[in-house]
Amino acid sequence: MNIQPNSIEELQATVTQHQRLMVKGGGSKQPLSAKRPETTVIDLSSLSGMIEYQPAEFTFTALAGTRLEAVEEQLAENNQFLPFDPPLVAAGATLGGTVAAGLSGPGRFRYGGVRDFLLGVAFIDAQGRLVRAGGRVVKNAAGFDLAKLMVGSLGGYGALVELSFKVFPKPDGTITIKSSFSDLKHALEAMVKVSTAPLDLYALEVQPLSDETLLLARLGGPADTLLKRIDRLKDLIGHGEAIEGQKERDFWWDERHFKWAPADYALVKVPLTYRRVLRLDAILDQADALRRYSVGANLAWVAWPGSLEVLDGFLNQLDLSGLVVGGKEPASQLGVRRGESFARRVKQALDPQGRWVEV
Amino acid sequence: MDFPSLLIDLKKLYPPERLLTSPAQVAPFESDALTSYQARPQAVVLAETQDEVIETVRMCHLWGVPFVARGSGTSLSGGSLPVPEGIVIALNRLNRLVRLDPEQRLAVVEAGMVNLSISQAAAPHRLYYAPDPSSQLIATIGGNLAFNAGGAHCLKYAMTSNHVLGLKVVLPDGEVVHLGSESLESVGPDLVGLFVGSEGLFGIALEVTLRLLPKPEKFRTVLAAYHSLEAAGNTVTQVVAAGLLPGAIEIMDNLAIQAAEAAVQAGYPADAQGLLIVELDGEAEVVEQEFKALMEVINASAPYEVSIAKDEADRMRIWKGRKSAFSAVGRLSPDYLVQDGVVPRGRLGEALAEIQRLSREYGVRVANVFHAGDGNLHPLILFDGREPGALKRAKALASETLELCVKLGGSITGEHGIGMEKRAYLPVMFSQTDLEVMHAIYQQIDPSGLSNRGKMFPEGM
Repeated sequence: MNIQPNSIEELQATVTQHQRLMVKGGGSKQPLSAKRPETTVIDLSSLSGMIEYQPAEFTFTALAGTRLEAVEEQLAENNQFLPFDPPLVAAGATLGGTVAAGLSGPGRFRYGGVRDFLLGVAFIDAQGRLVRAGGRVVKNAAGFDLAKLMVGSLGGYGALVELSFKVFPKPDGTITIKSSFSDLKHALEAMVKVSTAPLDLYALEVQPLSDETLLLARLGGPADTLLKRIDRLKDLIGHGEAIEGQKERDFWWDERHFKWAPADYALVKVPLTYRRVLRLDAILDQADALRRYSVGANLAWVAWPGSLEVLDGFLNQLDLSGLVVGGKEPASQLGVRRGESFARRVKQALDPQGRWVEV
Repeated sequence: MDFPSLLIDLKKLYPPERLLTSPAQVAPFESDALTSYQARPQAVVLAETQDEVIETVRMCHLWGVPFVARGSGTSLSGGSLPVPEGIVIALNRLNRLVRLDPEQRLAVVEAGMVNLSISQAAAPHRLYYAPDPSSQLIATIGGNLAFNAGGAHCLKYAMTSNHVLGLKVVLPDGEVVHLGSESLESVGPDLVGLFVGSEGLFGIALEVTLRLLPKPEKFRTVLAAYHSLEAAGNTVTQVVAAGLLPGAIEIMDNLAIQAAEAAVQAGYPADAQGLLIVELDGEAEVVEQEFKALMEVINASAPYEVSIAKDEADRMRIWKGRKSAFSAVGRLSPDYLVQDGVVPRGRLGEALAEIQRLSREYGVRVANVFHAGDGNLHPLILFDGREPGALKRAKALASETLELCVKLGGSITGEHGIGMEKRAYLPVMFSQTDLEVMHAIYQQIDPSGLSNRGKMFPEGM
């Protein structure tokens, strides 16, 4: 059964009438939003629209079902943006889905991820109550930070209905350097050299391809500084070619939409650190998986061709976690789960009957 | 609750010099930086290892005795005020740098490590720890974390919470859990985010993994003096509207300037009614470009005096004045209360005018030092505790400023936390349902209310 509430009140009224509920936003992360057995799906797409946007404050509050595409358009009119480059914008991703899945794109490297730009939330709990936490101002330390708790919570604590974010001024321009390496090890070494240098890097990625490994470093800022700065970056890396203009913007846009990942593969987010990349990569290479190491190798995006059980086993071996965000099969978390006993206590407090299905 | 039995156990765990029980020994722990609150604990233990802390928490749980973890006691909201029937677990000696990994840009530190020493340890690698509360010379990371400390550079770099990657925590029942990891990214609910800022109610952080950043290559620090506080405030709006993202935007009023001058001779123009400090940081090329744009905005705002930090020493001098403002105010008044409410930036002028009006109405002097870029006020409410009724008047004024912040769409605290001081005001900002939900989580984590009992939630909850 699917329900599509047209207002927060309507949603509140319906919650206690169902035993098992899950929330769906734009459906851009199919494995997460695919219907589970004996579950009522709440489609939040009608709870959409900006509630308050004050460009001078660099903050906005919107309904959770608002599409990122609409948000980004409005922000751009005022030369503002969400610096964490939320993924899957063109696929219909919503604000709520992005928070619940805890997804950030390449721009996370510079100023932080979705967790760092989320200021406050309102959600409907298992009793149908409207709960608010955080605030609408850029700085706030009052009460438990339930807004952050919602990041990555996959709908397990309630249905997000309103979200407040801070935004930043959009840089004048961006430029990217692409450098080719013979192997991953050398690309990673260059990546560390760049990531520890005092540069205003917006994004930093390593892409193992079939016959080379690419290092991509993106700069942003005043337009007339870009060429000089990219030369400096090139000197630091040793070689590379600059990508500019529309071509450059398209490149990163495609990255945010995982254009490189085959549609019949599962797409998995794997948080990690630089020191774990080589071990993981050996396994992925063996399995013919495609992958990108994003955010200065703090995040691997893996396009996995085989069974997710196998990948789950590998991640467990490496003490890594995964989240399946793309592919045909309903799926969710893989590998190790961190802080589980703490998370269980929180779940017990917020939803003792387990009304909100933990996908 | 059985304190005598706990004491017998503690004597087995700690040598006498690290288990303080006599009134003279525990007196220094009776209050933190919010000196108008005092409570004498039954005992204070000076823990040196993580295992000692874990054992102590387990013993407290076994005997039902409440505990308060404490770093350097710099909380301005009474966050580390002891519980009279409980003990204090002092963590200053639990201060090891466990691991510094410059290539991964992270540091693993114990809770008692002082904020600034993290940056000092990272300095040889040209890295630093960004959050810089004014107390950073002595405040510990454990306290920073419990109260989600801010600082002068939150506009660009945000708060403590945005720099914590992973935690090893002892929960109030003695269970040890690991939250987060070494990665910037995570899967599953952001439990680190929930723990940071939980005001000690979820237990004690033992070990913290922090994100480090490359030290900015270049700083440009500008000081602009105005004949009115309003003019300084309006310039902030202009700077932000120009699309600049300075590392810090601070304002001090005349009373605060005088105090800072008397204390550290920062070279501030003594007659300014509003002093604006703007700092740009980042890659040299970018900072120089932005500096041009910034100076255009500042010059157009008609300050009567502008000075630009010539070198690092000059820059440090400017910051020393700002960061010592709280303690400097001690020269103007024997006692003070400080609030840290937040308003939307665009309503700063309105908020300041109202605070000035309240100051006149109550006949209480108020000095203002604030993180203008964040809309984070810091009215320092001056009073003499020996004067009958003075504390009451100061508190009444403080209370009005908090309600004002909420009314203007802001928050009752930007970075000091609720602690003891503001717990009566949490319901001004949150509904009964909001508080019930927070309390339900608290009860699952600490059903007996042992860890930092009495903080944050309003009395009776």
